[in-house]
Parts: sequence; structure tokens; C-alpha cells
Amino acid sequence: MVSSPMWRWTLLVLFLLYLGVAFSSIDLNFPRMLDGLTRGWRFVDGFLNPNFTSRWSDIQTGIIESLTMSVTATLVGILFSIPIGMGAASNISTKPFYFLCRFFITISRSMQEIIVAIFLVALFGFGAFAGFLTLTFATIGFLGKLLAEEIENIDKAPLEALKATGASWLQMIHYSIVPQITPRVVGLWLYRFDINFRESAVIGIVGAGGIGATLNTAIERYEYDSAGAILLMIIFIVFLCEYTSGYVRKWLI
Amino acid sequence: MLSLQQLSKQYKNSELALDNVSFDVPSGQVIGLIGPSGAGKSTLIRCINRLIEPTHGAIYLDDVELTQLSTSKLRKQRRRIGMIFQEYALVERLSVMENVLSGTLGYVSFWQSFFRKFPEPLLQKAFGYLERVGLLEHANKRADQLSGGQKQRVGIARALAQEPSLLLIDEPTASLDPKTSRQIMRLIKEICKERNLPAIINIHDVVLAQTYVDRIIGLKAGKIVFDGSPSALNASVLTTIYGKEEWNTTPACEEEVSIAPVPNFQTKLELAI
Repeated sequence: MVSSPMWRWTLLVLFLLYLGVAFSSIDLNFPRMLDGLTRGWRFVDGFLNPNFTSRWSDIQTGIIESLTMSVTATLVGILFSIPIGMGAASNISTKPFYFLCRFFITISRSMQEIIVAIFLVALFGFGAFAGFLTLTFATIGFLGKLLAEEIENIDKAPLEALKATGASWLQMIHYSIVPQITPRVVGLWLYRFDINFRESAVIGIVGAGGIGATLNTAIERYEYDSAGAILLMIIFIVFLCEYTSGYVRKWLI
Repeated sequence: MLSLQQLSKQYKNSELALDNVSFDVPSGQVIGLIGPSGAGKSTLIRCINRLIEPTHGAIYLDDVELTQLSTSKLRKQRRRIGMIFQEYALVERLSVMENVLSGTLGYVSFWQSFFRKFPEPLLQKAFGYLERVGLLEHANKRADQLSGGQKQRVGIARALAQEPSLLLIDEPTASLDPKTSRQIMRLIKEICKERNLPAIINIHDVVLAQTYVDRIIGLKAGKIVFDGSPSALNASVLTTIYGKEEWNTTPACEEEVSIAPVPNFQTKLELAI
């Protein structure tokens, strides 16, 4: 480290000095903190005593809207991610198409859902449609990238063997690539579904509909018990997805 | 009949992989292609069905010139050229029968193959080929449940399902034990005789080649350095192909278990080159 003892000590003293100055610049307001603690406790208390009943119809509408958003966005996302993922797999694609698809995936992956949601809410107004578009856009990038990687990692011997039989391009894809990647890819589709459901709660906060909107309203009204109920519902549904997807994948392999 | 005329292949930024290779393969003749690693054996057989594009030369399969074909015509011709691979190249998650039927993909439309609606005559033939290679009772097993030898038999049945006029065989026994290797080589030879099929087999095991093929071609650095009957393959020829080695000396214990009836030198040459 530092060889000269004098330098070592000087650096240490300077560091401690900086630490002291830095700490003294923090503006601590203890009465405000105490105030906050009681509010924080109300929050925790609300979650510990979730109230499903008083806002049940709102929660129900929100959950159904979120599920609709997630299901449709996942399905449409899968549909678009297949050609884009295939185009972005260097071993079966052509150069210009490869760069085009990679470019789209990069754009989709570099934009955070919330930012896309804010933009699309501004474009299409509040509600589930903006949410659906946001999730679809994110799903295409996510699944397209992973599909491309799965395709690039296949055992290429069967591909060559089928090419040698005189099979067409589509037949080669269907007989040698699809069987190799199906279990992993279907797993990823199910995984993306529960990501979409969780994301629908987040983007709802910026106005893109779904359970997130209900959650936001509950918090703004200081109805922490209803908010707790909503969070529990989200956790429960994600759990359900997790178990179902595990089961489906076992059945597929 | 297959005819190669002055075939050359040059990879980018490297020496000639194939240098002016010419030879004919009459119907029913099984050729063993031997040579050190990197001699161009793999390149040669892949140039024939243009999995690798040759740089110069012409290839005639019966009357069709293969090197000049457009993509769609090439696809039609590839159906006539069966190929068998070292690591079997099966689709492991498909059934044995599906793997065999994948050999007929060039004859059916995409939707027929998509819904697995193969025409009845093709199905009957596929069952026939499975029976021929002795795997009929395994038709519905998944390919990854088979042993190496069985997988190679599926590979042979898949090639036959193409109704080929030529077989290209790339190291068929390199992943198999000695007994299974001999069984597979015998099966290939029998099938070629039954159907009067010409075949080119890339092979490392010289003794195995001598036992089962009709003619041997030695390749070295992309050039043909030997072309003749298996019995003409002696130590000096092997030195030309592979380089200097004590070809005739054998440890005493191996002399007794020598299995191959090889003229000139009764040695078990496991050529680990």
C-alpha cells in the first residue's frame, strides 16, 4: 500500500476529517423522524391487518385488468419474439436481418418499463391499453434475446444432417431446432408471464392501469390495509404462476 | 455413379484443402477415404453435397452436375445423397421413428411434416428401414434412450429413408467400441451391396477399412496419394499417406488377437494419428 509511514498517517487523518465533515452536513431532524415512525408504523400495521373487503370490487377489477394485460401482452409478445428471435440468432439468420433484429432487441431492452409506460400513457391516455403495449414491447425484447441465445447454443449436427437430407429451411428449423429448445423456451415464456404480472403492478402507478393503479389509489388515500391486501394478492398470484410453471416444465422435458 | 473432376477447395486465408481431386465411384462400390487429420476428408465429402462449396471442379451424380445447381435444384439433388455422421447427428428429443422420417423431409411439404402427416407409403418404407437395421421394436423410443450403436443404426435408416443414390459417411465408427464398429461397417457394406449403392466412407481405422471396403483412397494435404484395392495398402503406402512410422512392428500380445485378415502385414493398426 503506501510505504512511507508519514504519508500513511496523513491520509488516515485526512480521511477521518472528511468523514467528520460529511456526517455533520447531514440534516437530521429528529422530531420529523419520530413523526415519520408513527406513520411508518401505520403502514406496517396496515399490511399486518390486510383489509380485503372494503375495496374488494376495486381490487377485483384491478386484478382482472392486470391479468388480462399480462396474458395478452405475453401472448402477443411471444408471437412477435419468435421471428425477431430467429432473426437475431446468428447461426440461422442473414447479416442485414440479424443486425435489424438485434437493434430492435437492444432498443427494447435498454428502455426501462416505467419510462416506456410514461411515454405510452402520454400517447394513448390512462388505462390498460398503454400498459398492454408497454408490457408487449418489453416482452418482445426479453424473449427475443433469450430465444436467439437458445438457438445459437443448439447442437448444430442435427441441423447439418437435415440440411443434407434436402429439407427446406422451415423444415430444418421445425425438426432440428424446435425440439432442442422447446423445454427451455416454454419455461422462459411462463417466466415472462409472471414478470409481466409483477410489472403490471409497477407501471399501473404511472397510469397504465391494472392492479398498480388500484394500489396507487389505496396508498394515496392512506388506506394501508387495502394496499396490504393488494400486495398479498400480487404475491399470491406470482406464487401460483411459479408453481404452475415448474409443473408445466417438468411435464415438457 | 459418382464422378469428381478436378475438385479443389480453398478456404479463406489458408492453403488448399482439396487440390485437384478426381475419381469415379461406380454403383455399388464402397470407398474408404483415409488420411491424417486435416487432410481434407471431411471437406471432400461435404463438397459433394455442397454443405461446403467447392472452389473449382465439377461433380457428376449420374448425369447431374452438382456444383452448378441453384438452391432449389440443389435441395432436390440432396435428397438423393444420404449422409451418415460421426456423432450420429440425431435429434435427441424426437422419437426414433421421427428421426428416420426426417430423412424424407425433402419429399413432403412443410405442413405435412409439421402435422406429422407423412404419406402412408413413406411410413411403410420407414418401418422397413428400421426393420432392416434391426430397431423395429424401438420405433417409439426417444432417440436419447438408445446406445451409440443403435443411434448409428437410426442414422443409417434416416439416410436410407432418403432413397439415396449415394451414401456419404463421415467417420461412422469413431465414437463406437470395436465390436459395434465392425457391426456398423458390416451393415453399411451389406446395405450398399443390396441396393447397389456407391458410398464414400471417411475412416481413421485402417484395418477396419481394409476389412469392409472395396477400394481405398488415401488423401494427404488435399491430394490423392493412393487409390487402389485394400490389399495393395502396405507399409510404404501408409508412410506416404501418414508419414514415417514403424508400420510392421506389433507388440507380441496383439499378434494373437489379430482379427483382420490383412495381407502383407497382419497387424492391428489402430492408427492414432
